[in-house]
Amino acid sequence: MSGAEPFPEAARVSVRNAQLRSNLRHATHTIRAKRAKAVAELADWGRLRAAGAAIKDRTLRHLDHYLEQLESAVTAAGGQVHWAVDADEANRIVTRLVKATGETEVVKVKSMATQEIGLNEALAAAGIRAYETDLAELIVQLGDDRPSHILVPAIHRNRTEIRDIFRHEMGHWGRPAPEDLSDSPAELAEAARLHLREKFLRAKVAVSGANFMVAETGTLVVVESEGNGRMCLTLPETLISVVGIEKTVPTWRDLEVFLQLLPRSSTAERMNPYTSTWTGTTDGDGPREFHLVLLDNGRTDTLADQVGRQALRCIRCSACLNVCPVYERAGGHAYGSAYPGPIGAILTPQLRGTASALDASLPYASSLCGACYEVCPVAIDIPEVLVHLRERVVEGGSATRDGARVTIKPAKGHAAERAAMRAARWAFEHPRALRAGERLASRTRGLHPTRLPGPGAAWTASRDLPRVPPEPFRDWWQRTHGGREAK
Amino acid sequence: MSSREIILGRIRRALTDVPRTEVPRDVPVYRAYLRVHGDRTPEQTTELLAENLADYRAVVHRCTETELPSRIASLLAERGSRTVVTPAGVPAEWLARCTEVERVPEESTGRQLDAVDSVLTGCAVAIAETGTVVLDASADQGRRRITLVPDHHICVVRVPDQVVDSVPQALERLAPERPLTWISGPSATSDIELDRVEGVHGPRSLEIVLVSD
Ligand code: SF4
Repeated sequence: MSGAEPFPEAARVSVRNAQLRSNLRHATHTIRAKRAKAVAELADWGRLRAAGAAIKDRTLRHLDHYLEQLESAVTAAGGQVHWAVDADEANRIVTRLVKATGETEVVKVKSMATQEIGLNEALAAAGIRAYETDLAELIVQLGDDRPSHILVPAIHRNRTEIRDIFRHEMGHWGRPAPEDLSDSPAELAEAARLHLREKFLRAKVAVSGANFMVAETGTLVVVESEGNGRMCLTLPETLISVVGIEKTVPTWRDLEVFLQLLPRSSTAERMNPYTSTWTGTTDGDGPREFHLVLLDNGRTDTLADQVGRQALRCIRCSACLNVCPVYERAGGHAYGSAYPGPIGAILTPQLRGTASALDASLPYASSLCGACYEVCPVAIDIPEVLVHLRERVVEGGSATRDGARVTIKPAKGHAAERAAMRAARWAFEHPRALRAGERLASRTRGLHPTRLPGPGAAWTASRDLPRVPPEPFRDWWQRTHGGREAK
Repeated sequence: MSSREIILGRIRRALTDVPRTEVPRDVPVYRAYLRVHGDRTPEQTTELLAENLADYRAVVHRCTETELPSRIASLLAERGSRTVVTPAGVPAEWLARCTEVERVPEESTGRQLDAVDSVLTGCAVAIAETGTVVLDASADQGRRRITLVPDHHICVVRVPDQVVDSVPQALERLAPERPLTWISGPSATSDIELDRVEGVHGPRSLEIVLVSD
C-alpha cells in the first residue's frame, strides 16, 4: 500500500458509497453494542484500564531497558533478533531472510506493522509472493483492494461481492473456488478454508506480527479468531515476526491485564477463539528458526513527543473506530495509512510527520467528541493529542524526525493548511453535524486551536454519541469537488 | 553504528524528560483490579466454565473417570471418526473402548494430519470466567499442530483440579517457556458482513469433556 495517497484521491476511489456506508454503519454499531456488554461484565474494568495504561507508560519510559531485556530473552530461547530503523530496512531484512531459505512464497497472518511498511510489495519486487491468510485480508488481497478497518478489513465488501471475487480470483492464486459457490458466509468460509489449507500445508516460511512481546521471558503473543495465525505460527519451518518496538510489556504477569482488556474491547468477546504464545523455538514443535524484526519506523520520534507518546500505548483493539462518527462517514481508506480512525489520526502524523497535505490534515479529521477516549482500553487521550498536533501544524514548532530535532514551519499559506482546512470544515461545519463538534467548533474555527480545558473535561461530559449527518463524506467530497466549494 | 545502537540511542534521546535516576518500578502500576470476578465454590466454577464454553459453541460433556472411555468411544462413533491422533501421554485406557478407531501418532506431518478425522488431548488449565482451555504441549497434549489441522477436537478437562476462575490465575499456573495455545470455542470468523461462521482453519467442532473422579 502506498500510504501516501491524498485525501481527495482516496475519497474518489469508491463507487460503492451506499454499500460502504451501510456496511460500516452496521459493523460499527453492532460491535459497539456488543463491546459495551462485554466490558460491563467486569466490575473492575476501570482499574484494569488504568493498570493497562500504567504498564504501557512504565514500558515506554524505560523502553531501551526493556528492549535489551527482550532481545536477550528471545536470543536465549533460540530466536534471532534484528533491528530495523525504518520500513526499508525492515523490508530488506525480511526479504533477505526469506531468500536465505530458498523459498519464493510466504504465508502471512494479518499484521498492521507489515502493512505499514508495505512488506508485500517489497517481497513482490524481490520475486516473493506473500499470501494473506486472514479471511478478510484474503478478500482484500484477491480483490486488489485495501483494508478499511483494523478488525474487519473487508467490511466494505458485502457477501455477493466476496463471492464474485472468490469465483474470479481464487484460481489465479491457487485452488479455485467451486463453480457453484453461493454467497452464504458458511460456504464462502469453506471456500477460503480449502483454498488456504493447501498453502498452509505447503508453506515453509511464515511472516507474522505480534500483539505483545514479554521482555522478561522473550515470549510473543498472537491473538486471533480463525486459526490462520496458529497455522502460520506452527506449520512452517521458518517464522519471521515483524513487530513495532512499542508492543513490549515488561512481565509475564502483565498479560493478565492485556488478555482481559484486548478481547473485550476488540471483538467484544470474553476471550477470542485462539491465543498463541511462543518463546524462541521448541524442539519438534513449530518452526525450527525464529526471527524477530524489531521495527522503529517513526516510533522513537513519537516517543520524543511528551504529549503524543501516549499513542504508543495502543493495543490496536479498534474500539475507537467503532464509536467514531467521522470514521463511520469517511470509511477507513480516507485516512491513507494502515491505521484508520481516531488512532490513525494521531498515530500516522507522528510516525510519518506532517509534511504531506494528507498527514497534516489527519489531526483535523475529528470532531473532538471524545468517544474514542472513553472506550480506549489503555486510556489514550486521543482528543488531547489531536489538539496538540493541530497546534503543531498551524503554529509550527519543534518535533523529532528520524531521530533529529527539526523545526516545523507553520502551515499557514501552504498546501497543508488548505488540506487541514478542508478536513476541519468537513468535521465541524457539516450541516446538522456532530452536536459535540458544534459546541467546540466556534473555539477551533479558523485553524486557531485553543487548548481544551484539562484532560478530558470537555468531552467526557458528552457521553452520548453524535448523530450521523444525512450526507456522507464521499458524496459531500464529490459534490463540493474535494471541499473547495464547501458548504 | 548498527541499527540496534541507532534505535536505542534515539530512545534515550527521546526520553530526556525521564530523570536519570528513575528506574522502571518508580513508574507506579496499581494492580487494584480483581483477581477473580465473583465468589464461587469449586462446583460453581466448573458450572461457569461449562456455561461459558457452551456460550462460545463448544460442546460440553460431563462424566466420571470410569465413564470416560465409553464416553470418548461414543463421541468418536457419533462423529464417524475412523482415525484419531493422540499424543503419547494420553492414557491408553481413554481409547480402550474404541475398537474400530485407528490411533495416529503425533509425529505425523501436516499433510498426514489433514487426513485424520479427530484429535484427542488433555489440557493444562481451563478458565471458567472466559470459557477457555489452555494447552501447553505437555505429553498428554502434544505438539501444537495436532490440535489444529484435524477438524474435530476432543479435549479432556479434569474438574475441579484443572479449572481456575480467572485469567490472572491461569497465567500463574502456566510456564512461559512452553508454547501455549488458548482455545475459547471453535475457530470462527465474522469477516463476512459480521455473520459469525464457525471454523475457518482450526477444528470446526470442539468437544470438551469435563471429567470428575
Ligand atoms: S487507540 Fe485505544 S481504542 Fe483505539 S485502537 Fe488503540 S487501544 Fe484501541
